[in-house]
Amino acid sequence: MAERAALEELVKLQGERVRGLKQQKASADLIEEEVGKLLKLKAQLGPDESKQKFVLKTPKGTRDYSPRQMAVREKVFDVIIRCFKRHGAEVIDTPVFELKETLMGKYGEDSKLIYDLKDQGGELLSLRYDLTVPFARYLAMNKLTNIKRYHIAKVYRRDNPAMTRGRYREFYQCDFDIAGNFDPMIPDAECLKIMCEILSSLQIGDFLVKVNDRRILDGMFAICGVSDSKFRTICSSVDKLDKVTTQAVLLQTPAQAGEEPLGVGSVAAGGRYDGLVGMFDPKGRKVPCVGLSIGVERIFSIVEQRLEALEEKVRTTETQVLVASAQKKLLEERLKLVSELWDAGIKAELLYKKNPKLLNQLQYCEEAGIPLVAIIGEQELKDGVIKLRSVTSREEVREAGRKTFNFYYGYFIDYYWQKWPDTTPFTYKALGA
Amino acid sequence: MPLLRLLPRRAWAALLSQLLRPPCASCAGAVRCQSQGTRDLSPQHMVVREKILDLVISCFKRHGAKVMDTPAFELKEILTEKYGEDSGLMYDLKDQGGELLSLRYDLTVPFARYLAMNKVKKMKRYHVGKVWRRESPTIVQGRYREFCQCDFDIAGQFDPMIPDAECLKIMCEILSGLQLGDFLIKVNDRRIVDGMFAVCGVPESKFRAICSSIDKLDKMAWKDVRHEMVAKKGLAPEVADRIGDYVQCHGGVSLVEQMFQDPRLSQNKQALEGLGDLKLLFEYLTLFGIAEKISFDLSLARGLDYYTGVIYEAVLLQTPTQAGEEPLNVGSVAAGGRYDGLVGMFDPKGHKVPCVGLSIGVERIFYIVEQRMKTKGEKVRTTETQVFVATPQKNFLQERLKLITELWDAGIKAEMLYKNNPKLLTQLHYCESTGIPLVVIIGEQELKEGVIKIRSVASREEVAIKRENLVAEIQKRLSES
Repeated sequence: MAERAALEELVKLQGERVRGLKQQKASADLIEEEVGKLLKLKAQLGPDESKQKFVLKTPKGTRDYSPRQMAVREKVFDVIIRCFKRHGAEVIDTPVFELKETLMGKYGEDSKLIYDLKDQGGELLSLRYDLTVPFARYLAMNKLTNIKRYHIAKVYRRDNPAMTRGRYREFYQCDFDIAGNFDPMIPDAECLKIMCEILSSLQIGDFLVKVNDRRILDGMFAICGVSDSKFRTICSSVDKLDKVTTQAVLLQTPAQAGEEPLGVGSVAAGGRYDGLVGMFDPKGRKVPCVGLSIGVERIFSIVEQRLEALEEKVRTTETQVLVASAQKKLLEERLKLVSELWDAGIKAELLYKKNPKLLNQLQYCEEAGIPLVAIIGEQELKDGVIKLRSVTSREEVREAGRKTFNFYYGYFIDYYWQKWPDTTPFTYKALGA
Repeated sequence: MPLLRLLPRRAWAALLSQLLRPPCASCAGAVRCQSQGTRDLSPQHMVVREKILDLVISCFKRHGAKVMDTPAFELKEILTEKYGEDSGLMYDLKDQGGELLSLRYDLTVPFARYLAMNKVKKMKRYHVGKVWRRESPTIVQGRYREFCQCDFDIAGQFDPMIPDAECLKIMCEILSGLQLGDFLIKVNDRRIVDGMFAVCGVPESKFRAICSSIDKLDKMAWKDVRHEMVAKKGLAPEVADRIGDYVQCHGGVSLVEQMFQDPRLSQNKQALEGLGDLKLLFEYLTLFGIAEKISFDLSLARGLDYYTGVIYEAVLLQTPTQAGEEPLNVGSVAAGGRYDGLVGMFDPKGHKVPCVGLSIGVERIFYIVEQRMKTKGEKVRTTETQVFVATPQKNFLQERLKLITELWDAGIKAEMLYKNNPKLLTQLHYCESTGIPLVVIIGEQELKEGVIKIRSVASREEVAIKRENLVAEIQKRLSES
């Protein structure tokens, strides 16, 4: 034990020595030598089984996306992006952090929810809180007067997370905005059209888009006798939205047999914000903007819960065929065949086993939802053919000459996929399993 | 400016730093530049990026990989577990009273954490995402502080070298598909490097230092590398010479055979293990049809900190030079290897999950492609709009709105100008500048006759189509082009 403690102390001292050398900007060779010593000491230390050094978790309010969750996410993004592109939008991306001063003063009371980066001797940085302020900064910086763009990326807020309700500290925003001076309300109407197209295509239930105008709200408060100092801004986004505001809500949480009704309200929001870009432009030049943001995290939750309730299995790979062998010592043939399939653009896999059992290979297909299996056997090799079987029915669907296998196979795959218009069978059900 | 030399040092420094800053649109006044080492991606950049990522991802999918994602930041202690010494290059989040966090430095540590956390024993996954490093950015070579990584890894205990071979097959498919020119994948093995050092007499304390010298062989001649090892790193000259006998060797599977027979190396158990694996690897690579792209190169000695077996690195053979084009030295475009010990570092009981994987250097690839496009003066479309809805007359906004809605509802990508009464010429000019191929025109004449005019922007040919046949006609034309 004492030996271990002594070693740990040595490691600590050596680590400090290395850090010191780096700070002093000592010669690279000297640093390397010392790092080498450190690594050797650490290797001697080995894994410490007496205590868990740290907790294995993601930071509070964040989560990994498992392959299953990614399949849902990709499907949802696909629908959204297709709609944005249909309306002629370009796409941009911005860095995950901005200069702290860019974000300061833009979010009112919510500014305390911004993640700051540690001051490590350079510029002061903060993680982006939304995609709108970076957009306004982008427009001002590049002196753009009009652009129609979408931006899908994660944003960061040190909020109180409610993960079951789809509220995280790291979450996706899908923004679409039209910047520029145009004839009134045409771009605004297109934004609403886009919101409706997306929410309809996602098929998450009936929805309604509420519309209002900040000037009506202000006017209403004024004639009702509410003094300026009394009314608070309800949320930071209302601050920016100076004219028309929109919010899409699900009318009825989609309840089906056995499904827990979700308390999901708003799934999209937006409006016009003519004053924001002017805050960034050195001459205060205004660029009027109108846009929308899709609340995808809530939509992910809804779709995930729906799939779970229906007990639908979701495919996490797109593999079309497994290359299998019926007997031992056929690894070479499997490697050759799978390589040919890959070179022909066919999505194929094989088990990383020299002599797998046929049953195990078929089971692998069933678990992964792979629809077809190409079986190589000694007899088939002699005859110069490959047997293609449907995994679900176990029936032989085609026997093709080895040389013409790929040629026929291409046609076969087309025919097979035509049954299900989705190019990626999303669920096993789609495969007729 | 005669007064310049009288400027105080601080002013000089400020002036110099302004000159050295990457150029950007006027940043005077309220709009400061972006943080150093990061950049926005304009629509032009994004189109190139998306095309390249599509190719990479479809290759990963073709090989049956699942996809996953992890948060941008991790608990600091998890990241420093592996990167102890390099943690000076991590972006830390400010201590705001909660957990201590840092932005992820790569996608491998999050993967190992994910496997250990979820007790996953087998997984074939890809992960495309941004990572952050506080290195001093060399923007000339396409190196930023925020950049994209594309990782593919196979975790699990399997029969030897099959997954390793598939990783190399994937690298070849991607690099061929990207059409960046001829490439080569250098292959070596951690155990061969260690064994080689041992039999040559390199003292263990100098392993790392000598590795980094050898790594320079792709840019420096052997005699210069030898000089560095002897004169600057204190290696005995005869040891350096022995190393030289090995590290200048590269070849195919015949070199593997040769090394098996090498009197010195064959005495080292580790090296023999490595050679055995490489031999098997070459067998599989031959079956995959890629053996001639692979070179067993004894000078490959990079990133050995956590690799435990085979290591590989892909380089472009000739940076594509054409008239007037600067040779682009971007280093390797992909790399990877086997790392069997990483997950065990995170698992509470130290359970190992062997892993092998690769990382595609997409930022470098973006840089090459963008430079090439710049030289050729190539431009890309930044939208996918197929049809533009236009009118030659005034007071036709309503008709345009109705017509475009029909197109959108039929899934056709369509645009119109946000003007009540745009001029026809302006509308046609918009199509030409954004690359929209078709225009549909509605005016008084067309309205009376119940038709719409379809016009090809390129050929200027126009034809009248009945309103009810419009969508079908457009779809037909689009599928033909």
